[in-house]
Amino acid sequence: MASPAQGAGNRKPDSARRSRAPEWNVFLALVVMVVVFEVLNRLNGTSFLFNMRHNLDAVFNQQRIAIILLQVAVTGIIALGVTQVIIIGGIDLSSGSVVGMVAMVTMSFAQTLTVNGNPNPKGYWDYETMKYMYDLPVIVPIVVSLALGLVAGMINGALIAYNRIPPFIATLGMMVSARGVSTWYTNGDPISFPSVAYGQLSNGDLLGQLTFGLIHWEGQNPALIFGALAVLFHLIMTYTLYGKHSYAIGSNEAAARMSGINVNRHKVMVYAIAGMLAGVAALLLTSKNLTAQSGMGMGYELDAIAMAVIGGVSLSGGRGSIVGTVLGALIFSVIISGFTSIRLGAYYQDMVKGVIIVGAVALDQWRQRRSADRI
Amino acid sequence: MSNIVLKTEGLTKHYGGVHALENADFELLEGEHVAIVGDNGAGKSTFVRQITGVETRTRGKISFDGREVEFAGPLDAREAGMECVFQNLALADDLDVPSNLFLGREKIRFNLGPFSVLDRRAMRQATEEGLKRTGVKIPNLDNPIRNMSGGQRQCVAIARSASFARKLIIMDEPTAALGVQETAQVEEIIRTLKAQNIPLILVSHNLRQVFDLVDRIVVFRRGHIVASLKREETDGNDIVSYITGVKTQNEAAAYI
Repeated sequence: MASPAQGAGNRKPDSARRSRAPEWNVFLALVVMVVVFEVLNRLNGTSFLFNMRHNLDAVFNQQRIAIILLQVAVTGIIALGVTQVIIIGGIDLSSGSVVGMVAMVTMSFAQTLTVNGNPNPKGYWDYETMKYMYDLPVIVPIVVSLALGLVAGMINGALIAYNRIPPFIATLGMMVSARGVSTWYTNGDPISFPSVAYGQLSNGDLLGQLTFGLIHWEGQNPALIFGALAVLFHLIMTYTLYGKHSYAIGSNEAAARMSGINVNRHKVMVYAIAGMLAGVAALLLTSKNLTAQSGMGMGYELDAIAMAVIGGVSLSGGRGSIVGTVLGALIFSVIISGFTSIRLGAYYQDMVKGVIIVGAVALDQWRQRRSADRI
Repeated sequence: MSNIVLKTEGLTKHYGGVHALENADFELLEGEHVAIVGDNGAGKSTFVRQITGVETRTRGKISFDGREVEFAGPLDAREAGMECVFQNLALADDLDVPSNLFLGREKIRFNLGPFSVLDRRAMRQATEEGLKRTGVKIPNLDNPIRNMSGGQRQCVAIARSASFARKLIIMDEPTAALGVQETAQVEEIIRTLKAQNIPLILVSHNLRQVFDLVDRIVVFRRGHIVASLKREETDGNDIVSYITGVKTQNEAAAYI
């Protein structure tokens, strides 16, 4: 119902005025990014995406695509959780440190007793008296990683929901403490030599197993799991009560409370899920690298937030989507691979990465102002 | 003789030393539309906040739907069948119309606890029916509330209350921030409610609106109810005399 003064008769119906889903813009940016890197590569006589060797066993540069996906997977999984946290109007600075903590503890439950016939040189538990802590079934470290991540997230959520500590402060505290735990656990020593089954979690061929050998995708389990989790959380955020309430809380917390939503419980749940996803990331990361170090995951929290923000998730809450974050994560990874492909140094990469993060938010703000003006 | 839907006896609210509401005795009959008028700080909003359980009263009794009630919060009131449209709209800006209407009482297709699958089609359908019943016209239900005008947003808020209120709707200055045409639309909704025999308490500054819409006018002055007047038996000047304290029906309040 617009007043005639606004010229209701001349305006297109709302359905036509409704802007495209913001995810489209992110997708477009991704395509542009790929094209730009392709052009820059061609100027050097190389290619970003395509196989330039003329043996023609493959059209695409599979190695590069594999790297892009693998690069994105671990941080992307964290970003899925961070996206939900930001949508409810919170922030999670602790995910990177939680990865480090979970990595260390989980790895200590995944070690083999002997390496080449000798006692495990990096064994966490006493070789003589605690032999039973070695060669545990692979489900044990899996459960440990998920549970530890979940607990860390629940602590975040409880501090924020029930003790009214601002999310920035609560997760900052967790960030510092979790990093402390990961260093304290071994006095800073790495933990290595996991069981074969543990290494297979990331380096195996899950797709091959799931399709009974029909399609193989060896060593890409993290990307596969990232994809599966992305689909799962996209469905949850779009079609379930959990998703609806998340957007409602981020959009107007007082209104959500007044409507009878148990806001506190919901917040704990969201942070717990984010923590659990950080646990999954730690699991895949240590399995991939076959080692855990106390410094693992450092800076991942910011990368994950950047992925969400590039993907159109609003830091003020209520807006954004899993699809956007996945596209943001791909953009992030394409940027890194792209710069490497044109041999731009790491320092320059960071400089430009920062500019792109700010640029994405600036663009989003501009888009919002424009759409607000049209009302 | 109609039934009494809402009755307060000696309802009192003190904020520290401030006596915002004193011994308010109030009755609302079934199907009746009553306006609450008064100057700023007369206790109108305080009165509403006590009834809906947003605040805890200092003393006094409230009976709703034949029972004495002690609402712990607006949710309790809502469950009892009392809906309130507050001055600050309780809407989630980023959600569309059906999501806002059903916020906190979503229709579910599969019950999986917090991960229950929403029945979006049923909610949309019920929204369309609810809007039709209240006479609210919203062009595109899928638009987030953020993209709507103040009038449309107010209509959504009212439609939300109207579709769920079974026994009473309270509106606190529903048209305070609206333009002429939008105000007219809200008033149209109120007439629809009257036709459906749903009782209403309307807090308003707008005497023209009050005389257009309601059956009875209750005047608040400095925390006291100073008059309860049938619309046919009063006029604007009369009401203003009560609002400003020239006249009173309430002897206890006469000395202030």
